[in-house]
Amino acid sequence: MEKILLLDIPNYHRIDVYREHGGYETVKKAYSMSPDEVIDEVKKSGLRGRGGASFLTGLKWSFMPKTSDKPKYLCINGDESEPGSFKDRQIFEFNPHALIEGALIACYAIQAKAAYIYVRGEYHNWIEMLQKALDDAYSMGLVGEKMKETFQTPYECNIYIHKGAGAYICGEESSLMNSIEGKRPYPRVKPPFPAQNGLWGCPTTINNVETISNIPAIIKNGWQWFSRIGEPRHPGTLLFGVSGHVMKPGVYELPSGVLLTDLIYNYAGGVPGGKKIKCVIPGGSSMPPLRGDQIEGVKMDAESLKAAGSAIGTGGVIVMDEDTDLVRVLARITKFYYHESCGQCTPCREGTGWMLKALNRIARGQGTTSDLELLIDVAKNIEGNTVCALGDAAAWPVKFMITRFRDEFEKAVKKEVVMPVASMVHSMRHTALPLAELKKN
Amino acid sequence: MDFKFTEENLSRIESVRKKYPDSKAALMPVLYIAQEQNGYITREVMDEVALVLGIKAVDVLGVATFYTMYHTSPVGKYHLQVCTNVSCMLKGGYEMLEETVKKLGIGVNEVTPDGKFSIEEVECMGSCGTAPMMAVNNDYFENLTKEKLNEILDSLK
Ligand SMILES: Cc1cc2nc3c(=O)[nH]c(=O)nc-3n(C[C@H](O)[C@H](O)[C@H](O)COP(=O)(O)O)c2cc1C
Ligand code: SF4
Ligand code: FES
Repeated sequence: MEKILLLDIPNYHRIDVYREHGGYETVKKAYSMSPDEVIDEVKKSGLRGRGGASFLTGLKWSFMPKTSDKPKYLCINGDESEPGSFKDRQIFEFNPHALIEGALIACYAIQAKAAYIYVRGEYHNWIEMLQKALDDAYSMGLVGEKMKETFQTPYECNIYIHKGAGAYICGEESSLMNSIEGKRPYPRVKPPFPAQNGLWGCPTTINNVETISNIPAIIKNGWQWFSRIGEPRHPGTLLFGVSGHVMKPGVYELPSGVLLTDLIYNYAGGVPGGKKIKCVIPGGSSMPPLRGDQIEGVKMDAESLKAAGSAIGTGGVIVMDEDTDLVRVLARITKFYYHESCGQCTPCREGTGWMLKALNRIARGQGTTSDLELLIDVAKNIEGNTVCALGDAAAWPVKFMITRFRDEFEKAVKKEVVMPVASMVHSMRHTALPLAELKKN
Repeated sequence: MDFKFTEENLSRIESVRKKYPDSKAALMPVLYIAQEQNGYITREVMDEVALVLGIKAVDVLGVATFYTMYHTSPVGKYHLQVCTNVSCMLKGGYEMLEETVKKLGIGVNEVTPDGKFSIEEVECMGSCGTAPMMAVNNDYFENLTKEKLNEILDSLK
């Protein structure tokens, strides 16, 4: 199988080895094209973002204004804090120069003055690896002022690393920009989108680390080559991080569209003890969980997972065997979103707290059927009513876990309805429901 | 207690500022430098950071208190960060946390009386494939077992 990012070449992270294998040659090719031609090539390749939303990369680049009296910027998102995701870290460690070369090409395509690579602070040691690679590229004249001479072009740009400090919300694009600017990282209301009003109010494009690292191979081999890898509607390879109850957890680079069951049973070695799978979260903890009996035949790409009732997200696959206590799992996931909510919007700030309280109550064996309704109700009230998508990310696991594993949650709660009206006063819609209606559920 | 940046750190701050078009953006890296020098970030440290960068102290406060990696109270020489998020939890993250608490005789968010260890329960650190895990200061220890955890703690002097 062809790999693009995690190649089996020893010491590929070293600049000399990377260059021996044609590294940084593609920059020359890209700079011999016009910026629009580069964007067009990426558009035709069908590359979709690897940061969660699977947005078309070429299309995003084309939103950047062609003329602007302000400088333009590229942000590269390496915040990687979604539970179950640990793929970008592999790029920092094993292929940092593909990221740097990709940044040089992407900056040129959107005519950016500089790129900021935002890396989560906990990845301190990986930041040092990336910094070493970047320093090497600078000292060889591949980045910054000297690149004009090296690549014989009038274009130059700088690349900087910005270290995060432990906040999941900084992965959200506008929060990330506020974080770089040294402000409190509250997500911004959109529109305006980053292409109009990004870093320091200037036109900005933001892409994930894995997205940018694919760019050199696309420009080198052409869009036709890339578009033929994997699933045509979401082409290329993806870095799948498999964790939880599998024999061989880890990151697997495979063509998109690989079967989820193949990924779990063939690549990750199946479930220890030959146990059955109860639940799989296919794309990081924010994505709707699937039942073990829902995964047969499901392909790992954006469209197929959508059809299956979930989403590809960051490709972080969390596998849970038949003995897993899903109430505890959901309570833990919810604790995360409660902790990470920036507090700006009431539904997210308060709702995550309510959901956590109800789930903890159920986990202690003190929950009732009405708690389940309450949870779904709160989740629905958060979804779509917040400034950023963290609200949805907190709501989805609750909504889908409880509806898809209703039997399991029913077993964990007492049947009788305790004070249904009192526990639901927050939601005016439901206070009007007759008691009989609630008892039915 | 007054806080002043060392000469060396002042020149590091100068070079950090060059990465950004304005000095406010240098706030996060400068807070890291301050924390490195002082161990944690006090109000005096924040005031000095504000002064050096020419920004408002309240803006420094807002940022310094938002992030989990800036410490506003002292942590141990070895700051243990044990992940209990889903992938780690499925592989025994909570058992690792309990073992750490038991072994050191302090609770989560506490520091041992000799100032050597502190424990923090953290969110996903990006080691889900090598769970359970713990970070000691900046270094990751992965695929933990109780034995391995004890060995690591014993080796920290
Ligand atoms: C709460 C939240 C956290 C996010 N965290 C990340 C992250 O850690 N890394 C990332 O690349 N994208 C993350 N995203 C998505 C980004 O906002 C953005 O869509 C992405 O970086 C764009 O890159 P792409 O088009 O290459 O996918 C997050 C979004 C939200 C709402
Ligand atoms: S949805 Fe949550 S995290 Fe996002 S801006 Fe609102 S409060 Fe903050
Ligand atoms: S869940 Fe512990 S490192 Fe990801």
